[in-house]
Amino acid sequence: MTHADDPARGMIGRRQLFALGAAGALGAAARHDGMVGGTSERIAGTLPWADGQADAPDDAIRAGTAFLTTAERAFVTAAADRLIPPDPTGPSASQADVPDFIDRQLAGGFGHGEHYYLAGPWAKGLPSQGYQSRLTPAAYYRAAIAAVADHVGREHGGKAFADLAPTDQDAVLKALEAGKVDLGQVDAKQFFAMFLQNVKEGYFSDPLYGGNRDMAAWKMIGFPGAHYDYSEWVTRHGEPVPLAPVGLTGRPGWRKA
Amino acid sequence: MAQRMKPVDAVIVGFGWTGAIMAQQLCDAGLSVVALERGAAQDTSTGFATTFDQDELRYMWRHKLFQNVAHSTLTIRNNPGQTALPMRHLGAFLLGTGVGGSGVHWNGQIWRALPSDFRTRSHNIERYGAASVEGLTVQDWPVSYADLEPHYNTFDLLCGTSGKAGNLGGATQPGGNPFEGPRSAEFPNPPLTYTYGPALFADAAARTGHHPFPHPAGNLSRPYTNPLGIQMGQCTYCGFCEKFGCGNYSKASPQASIIPYVLTKPNFVLRSESEVLRVERTPDGKRATGVTYVDSSGAEFFQPADIVVLAAYQLHNVHLMLLSGIGPPYDPATGKGLVGKNYCYQTMANIEVFFDDKLINPFIGAGSHASVIDDYNGDNFDHSRLGFIGGAYIAALVTGGRPIEMTRTPPGVPAWGLDWKRAAAKYYRRSFNLSVHGSSYAQRGNGLDLDPTYRDQFGRPMLRMTFDFSPNDVKMSNYCADRAIEIAHAMGVSAVKPKRLKTPFDIVPYQTTHTIGGTMMGATPADSVCNRYSQSWDVSNLFVTGAGLFPQNFGYNPTATVAALAYLSAEAIKTRYLKAPGALVTA
Repeated sequence: MTHADDPARGMIGRRQLFALGAAGALGAAARHDGMVGGTSERIAGTLPWADGQADAPDDAIRAGTAFLTTAERAFVTAAADRLIPPDPTGPSASQADVPDFIDRQLAGGFGHGEHYYLAGPWAKGLPSQGYQSRLTPAAYYRAAIAAVADHVGREHGGKAFADLAPTDQDAVLKALEAGKVDLGQVDAKQFFAMFLQNVKEGYFSDPLYGGNRDMAAWKMIGFPGAHYDYSEWVTRHGEPVPLAPVGLTGRPGWRKA
Repeated sequence: MAQRMKPVDAVIVGFGWTGAIMAQQLCDAGLSVVALERGAAQDTSTGFATTFDQDELRYMWRHKLFQNVAHSTLTIRNNPGQTALPMRHLGAFLLGTGVGGSGVHWNGQIWRALPSDFRTRSHNIERYGAASVEGLTVQDWPVSYADLEPHYNTFDLLCGTSGKAGNLGGATQPGGNPFEGPRSAEFPNPPLTYTYGPALFADAAARTGHHPFPHPAGNLSRPYTNPLGIQMGQCTYCGFCEKFGCGNYSKASPQASIIPYVLTKPNFVLRSESEVLRVERTPDGKRATGVTYVDSSGAEFFQPADIVVLAAYQLHNVHLMLLSGIGPPYDPATGKGLVGKNYCYQTMANIEVFFDDKLINPFIGAGSHASVIDDYNGDNFDHSRLGFIGGAYIAALVTGGRPIEMTRTPPGVPAWGLDWKRAAAKYYRRSFNLSVHGSSYAQRGNGLDLDPTYRDQFGRPMLRMTFDFSPNDVKMSNYCADRAIEIAHAMGVSAVKPKRLKTPFDIVPYQTTHTIGGTMMGATPADSVCNRYSQSWDVSNLFVTGAGLFPQNFGYNPTATVAALAYLSAEAIKTRYLKAPGALVTA
């Protein structure tokens, strides 16, 4: 029987192994979500781990990076506020900073298509085959918003979406939702679904991503947020759970910018 | 030119549940073992600590723990008449990646299949006649429930499964599942405690003549030390299991239950970010010599080994078999060939329930926190006049209340606007879901093969999936959904919103990550890819683990059966193969 070891790099002593383990942990912590190409590691004895190297969400997500132009942002804000309008129940999309969230998402890994396969050849595909565009989500937004602006301008005497009456805005959104508007290289139905999803993400995700200001959307529905332990509430059937919502930011283990 | 590594006794491709189980078993038997994992190393405290684990956006919607399709995907179509296109974004199923694989982000639902599930073809023909399986390519398994029982038990002990036995050695036990096969032992831990939703369902199900019981859970009801000496914690019902790792060491997973033990073995090495390209063989093709892999720098290596174990996810195992040219590839158009045959899924329906007068608080949850009935699963009910075979369990499964995914609104409420917002505010805390989790039986037009057009980053043809639900499974799912709706009404709901099975199979909405088949096990080389010990019929020193071994899918979550098959295989390797390497079943 042979021994499992690394002939390519010679025999490695136990002390060296621990050193490699520590280096590996540093390497792992430097990776961002969705990246590949971290160093291949030879692991024995224990999984690489080092104190203070937890893979917390990247601070860059919170930075003031922006993708949307002023005109694009005006559309996103107006449209998001029709999807989640203001009323006493809770905040509107823009009152919850959803446009900020979307802007940062489009400027970051999501917008770059970090988790999308975008290589060709490209074909239109069937609805059951999902996203088939060659565009990244950010480019898809850009193309879609421009095409919607053209469509609205033609239908409404040169006006922008943000300047329409709410009922007209809703009519445009319903037409997109039903796929009744030709947006050229963008599928209207698919864009609407992506936008609605992103609006709800910005409304309900942890505030560290720029939306859900003051956790007001969580307060509105009664979600206590990133609580760790509900043990004492398990058998208290039907009772309100009066825990104030908590977010992730500022909790121990956070990696500071 | 690949750099040649030092030979080892066994090389394991993929380091999730079965890779870790095979490594533990073979290392304990004294073999030198190298595991190659194409993803990154990840452990609990670094990758999904409790301080930042409850992050729905990052883990669920931005796929932190999932296979990144930008670098690895497959093509999909519904039938052989269509052109398959790449899955450009994950949706219907959420494949894992990295050390621990999909075992990191599963719910921990630990099910045993029914004794009759291992005789799908014979059992149904005997009871309902040959017409009952017409149009389906279902087969019998080459193992029985009794063969697997000791290994199911080993996995329960490894995980610390929380539950209540319904059948101990043939004697029905109150409070458990009366339909299950005989267990040799009670669960290692008592069941989880019901929150309001599962309690309401259990009460209504019992009143309507059903047999509710607590879902067998890999979420631990109390602190536990498993037979490998690994300590696990008590579940806190934080509601972030599926699609998330567990920072609390209270969800059974490779990281929480077995990897710390395997890594202490001096005869074990794990190489991360090392992607296997193919199995290499002797010129006559009858023996595997090892595997060729690429590390993250792009350098190519050859790892020689006496035994090769393919322990990657089911889809990747099938892909590697096809790329390595082992076994006759299946052609869904002609029905000829075996590798890629009998690809199946899981047939899901969901029944959302709403209460004007009750606070359910679904955010108090756990991955397997449910009351369940098994009355309509497998052949637990008479199918004589129903026109289908198979079935589903119905579970009041409250895994949590992640608000992006789980803000439910009653029927008739639009998806956006003021009416949506007001309904969301009212019903988020007053709703939950009944999961109708059904079998998926094989039919000829479905299968896995190599795509003729699309290539992966290594220049290899992508895997191509051809799949749609069979008419049998559509009927089954609707029948079981109707039963769930009846029980929902008995709970005193104010509204029910059925989300029935939709056809054709659509890769966009999440359904389940239970893809199975393609390297199925069987009685002879004429009907299967592997024998009952997960050993390739064509290459006797090649073993294939995972749900690819299933000839069709039963109505349960696959993981416990996947693990039991791995233990059965390891036992045969240790007790028989090492003494006389060669075919363990005479063809």
